[in-house]
Amino acid sequence: MTGVLAQASPDGVVGSSAEFWMFCLAAVLALGTGFSVVVLRNAVHAALMLVINFFAIALLYALLEAQFLAVVQIIVYAGAIMVLFLFVLMLLGIDSETRFSDRVRGQRTAAVLLGLALLFVLVGAAAGPFLDADAICPVQGGAGDLCVGLEAANADGNVAGVGRLLYTTYMWPFEVTSALLVIAALGAMVLGKRRGDEDVTDLPVAQDDETEPAPEPAGELVAAGEEEQP
Amino acid sequence: MDAIDILITVAVVIAGFAVWLLSTAVFIWGERRIVAKMQSRIGPNRLGPFGMLQTVADGAKLFFKEDIRPVGIDPVVYFAAPAVSAIVALLTIAVIPFGGTFTVGEREIALQIWDPEIGMLWILAMSSVAVYGITLGGWSSGSKYSLLGGVRSTAQMISYELALGLGLAAVFVWNGTLQSSEIVAAQSRLLDLGPISVPAWNIVPQLPAFVLFFIAAVAEAERPPFDLPEGEGELVGGFNTEYSGAKFAMFFLAEFMAVITMSAITVTLFLGGPSGPLFGLDGTFAGALLGFVYFAIKVFAFMFVFVWLRGTLPRLKYNRLMDLGWKVLLPVGLVWVLATAAIVVAQDALARTDLLRTVFLVAAVLIAIVLVLPLFDRRRPAEPAADEPGDAPKPDTMTDLRRVVDERTPDRVTVES
Repeated sequence: MTGVLAQASPDGVVGSSAEFWMFCLAAVLALGTGFSVVVLRNAVHAALMLVINFFAIALLYALLEAQFLAVVQIIVYAGAIMVLFLFVLMLLGIDSETRFSDRVRGQRTAAVLLGLALLFVLVGAAAGPFLDADAICPVQGGAGDLCVGLEAANADGNVAGVGRLLYTTYMWPFEVTSALLVIAALGAMVLGKRRGDEDVTDLPVAQDDETEPAPEPAGELVAAGEEEQP
Repeated sequence: MDAIDILITVAVVIAGFAVWLLSTAVFIWGERRIVAKMQSRIGPNRLGPFGMLQTVADGAKLFFKEDIRPVGIDPVVYFAAPAVSAIVALLTIAVIPFGGTFTVGEREIALQIWDPEIGMLWILAMSSVAVYGITLGGWSSGSKYSLLGGVRSTAQMISYELALGLGLAAVFVWNGTLQSSEIVAAQSRLLDLGPISVPAWNIVPQLPAFVLFFIAAVAEAERPPFDLPEGEGELVGGFNTEYSGAKFAMFFLAEFMAVITMSAITVTLFLGGPSGPLFGLDGTFAGALLGFVYFAIKVFAFMFVFVWLRGTLPRLKYNRLMDLGWKVLLPVGLVWVLATAAIVVAQDALARTDLLRTVFLVAAVLIAIVLVLPLFDRRRPAEPAADEPGDAPKPDTMTDLRRVVDERTPDRVTVES
């Protein structure tokens, strides 16, 4: 099944007015909510704005006929990551309008500079192909050609297309990324366990830790945990 | 797409939502009657035949109640949370085929609101968004009980979403598609088993995935025995403590709709959805309606199981809930998805008599098992030893309690009607 917008514009290349207006809606929503995330003082409100931002970006993906990416964006970012964020915010009770001072000196300056650098890189990557008239679509090769590879890429369906790319051409980056994420998660667990041992003992969860060994999946972790236990 | 297509789409959408809302009303009544029977009570019996109009009366009451606005709330979020719950509960049903397909003129009309390629992933997406309604409702109420309910529901739904997703993934791999109409079509074939032929429902080859998925579905719907977010013995009412009137009604509706939706998804994935013997009515409106009847019968059977669970099982302890999700369902799900994938690839390789690939596959699976097994092995000897100090007294206490209760209650509890 092709996207709703492809039905609205049979040629599927030149944006129809519906696609244009949907893009405007999604873009305004994404920018507005993104700005609110920075400006809002209430941490939970800011997190909710980020959730709406993720939905706006999912809408943009859907407009580009990347259905799979859109739905994964919702499942992973809105459904898993932001829920965990909210969970922590609620547990720690950082919902009052507190103003945090800089933990690291020069944090703000660095954030602004790095943010600007990222902006330049992204704009360069996105707009680069369009700056030179000969290179509008390197795949199609013709000067002034628009990229019309979408139907070919989605021939077997969007899901199959993404899956094939992910497990053939981009297999190595994909696996490296997942290994990186696993390492990060394990590292967080190790660090969290070391620091939390003394002051968490009065929580009911800690009693369970005493009676049964924690079910860490990896050997190093159990070793690290056992060192701590008297 | 001309005007008639749009009209047809609108008609199917309205029919779908009407069916779901009506069955929600029927389910609320049915649950009260069935649980009453299970507990030797009578249940609602005043309004309409067998009390069937009780739900209508309750709904009307809820919507005309005074809308109380607690003091410590976060206004915007407090008002948005029930709406999120209700909207998400309604949106989830969009991808489920609830009847057959029929042809009018040149148009083929399916009794399904939306049949995207991502299909059942939509359900996963919506169920992950459904967390927000409850979580935010709990947080914005500004009450400790509500907050605890919200936090509990977040942890529970995230944990069981994994099992839910793995159950789905096994079916995706098995049928080779995410699209709900194709999953149903794959199951509507007949398998010849000598004298009889049986429908090729996924529940037979995918039994572990079915069990996994259904347990996770009960937990996702936050129904007993997994209804900790609203454990009234501990949290007053859980996340909805501070809600009243129409907003409470929306939470209420979302909860009961989740039961129907989860039953419908289970039926679609594992029991062939609306497929069944059509007696030569394929493609006609009567055939499509017959498909709807099959679908409704299957879904109602699962809805009964939900009620049955509520009438039978006590609520889990929180640590048991997490243990079940992370230590049992998640490993079982991972292993089963791996096994399903291996079987699918092996079938493919065998069909092409690709001996090398088959050997490699078997070797890979064996290596994976050898690598993974020690992880399970370490846990096993540790667990009984660890359980002893903490859990040993509990059975004794329970038997004591049961004995006391048995001594003090008469042999037969009779109810006079």
